[in-house]
Amino acid sequence: MIKLNIHNYFLRHMQVMLYSLGQLWRTPAASAMTVMVIGIALALPAGLYVLLKNVEQVSSQWEDASQISLFLQHNTPDNRGKQLAEQLLSWPDINAVHYQSSQDSLAEFRQLSGLDSLLDTLPSNPLPPVIVIQPEQGQNETEALQALLERLQNMQEVELAQLDMQWLQRLRSINQTGERGISILAVLLSLSVLLVIGNTIRLAILSRQTEIRVIKLVGGTNAFVRRPFLYTGFWYGLLGGIIAWLTLLMTLLFINGPVNRLATLYDSQFMLNWLSGQMFIALPLFGTILGVLGAWLAVGRHLNTIEPT
Amino acid sequence: MIRFSDVYKRYSNQHEALSGLSFELSKGEMAFLTGHSGAGKSTLLKLIALIERSSHGQVWVNNQNLTRLPKWKVPYYRRKIGLVFQDHNLLHDRTVFDNVALPLIIAGENHREIGRRVRAALDKVGLLGKERSLPIALSGGEQQRVGIARAVVNRPPVLLADEPTGNLDPALSREIMDLFEQFNQVGVTVFIATHDLELINRMPYRRITLEQGRLA
Repeated sequence: MIKLNIHNYFLRHMQVMLYSLGQLWRTPAASAMTVMVIGIALALPAGLYVLLKNVEQVSSQWEDASQISLFLQHNTPDNRGKQLAEQLLSWPDINAVHYQSSQDSLAEFRQLSGLDSLLDTLPSNPLPPVIVIQPEQGQNETEALQALLERLQNMQEVELAQLDMQWLQRLRSINQTGERGISILAVLLSLSVLLVIGNTIRLAILSRQTEIRVIKLVGGTNAFVRRPFLYTGFWYGLLGGIIAWLTLLMTLLFINGPVNRLATLYDSQFMLNWLSGQMFIALPLFGTILGVLGAWLAVGRHLNTIEPT
Repeated sequence: MIRFSDVYKRYSNQHEALSGLSFELSKGEMAFLTGHSGAGKSTLLKLIALIERSSHGQVWVNNQNLTRLPKWKVPYYRRKIGLVFQDHNLLHDRTVFDNVALPLIIAGENHREIGRRVRAALDKVGLLGKERSLPIALSGGEQQRVGIARAVVNRPPVLLADEPTGNLDPALSREIMDLFEQFNQVGVTVFIATHDLELINRMPYRRITLEQGRLA
């Protein structure tokens, strides 16, 4: 008997679920509009999140390549420079060093700049010797790098120690700012989804006041009255989430070509990470939660005011 | 079955609809509730259906003290009361079958049982052929019979009707009353509010008459 009741219960839920989907189907234009609004509201923060994750991925690739250029005092002799480079190599937070004498620097500059004749007119070599330092992997945290930089700067022979990837820190700060911004946007847009669904359900409740009164008159509980509206919210949220996913997918498809071309131009192996699997779960799930929650809030507010008279 | 003991009903505007009302209806009895408009007939029925609560005094139905019934139990209580209204209160976007099935769906009956009992109820009121129709396609008398089928499909021990013949001509009214008599003959306690004295004068049932909220 109990088994039969549970069976009936699930059957009833399935029926209400399909019934509420049928209700949406009966007003296709209005339903589609609500679903689109929810979809766009969800797609926006999701899209920005995917973008941010990609920027983070790119910058983490470059982060490995962060290096420090150590410009030595002008008059540092070659053997002293080499000695210093070897000494630095023994530091635990330094992975590799490369010594470049002032002659080497001049030769490189000659080759790259093509200012041969101009350089010949100079009375002496203006370029200092340089030690290029590759910090140890895992020493990429800004503070550790900063400390290393300071220690290098304080060495007697060093004229200037320069972290070549300072712009990377800036990029990271921009990323962090972006992350905050997206979080706020996501919260606000989720709230708007909640309100859109709540308002839609409220209108549905008001248009079915008579029905609700009759159901209560023949012994319908609040749970019974609430159920179809919760499922309506469920459908709005789920369909909105799917629309959001499709919107995201189409947007990424649209920008994928140009991004790949850009990456090729930079000789980069970079591929746009779509996060499509993650988003396929996250967006409909999140949409559904918002949908049911919005419906619950709306029904809770209005259900008790509709009583038989 | 239904017992009122010193019941008062005051509305917030100080209007007193019922004043010190006491009476009793025994199990399986059929009775009429009469009186002028505004005498308190509807209020009395609403107290039995728990659409309203008494301001003072106690209402007992089926050995249950309604004054003490918590709000969340009201739906379960209403499933044991059949209600028939003057304006039928049917859902116009659902078929006759679905309208009658509503109390059973709410009670969580299984599919086969619902089909069986809805058809039995429709058969009883003579509308078996109309189960696929929408209420709007039916005449007033037929709509009222759908309302009655819905009220009895749960097999409630008590059947309340508020002016069930209010919009019907004498012949149709007579048919509706015959239906109520038939339910009463199988043991249902029937209580009908009406001002159609001409109709009920020919019927041998007790009459409870209200006058300004008191027994006349």
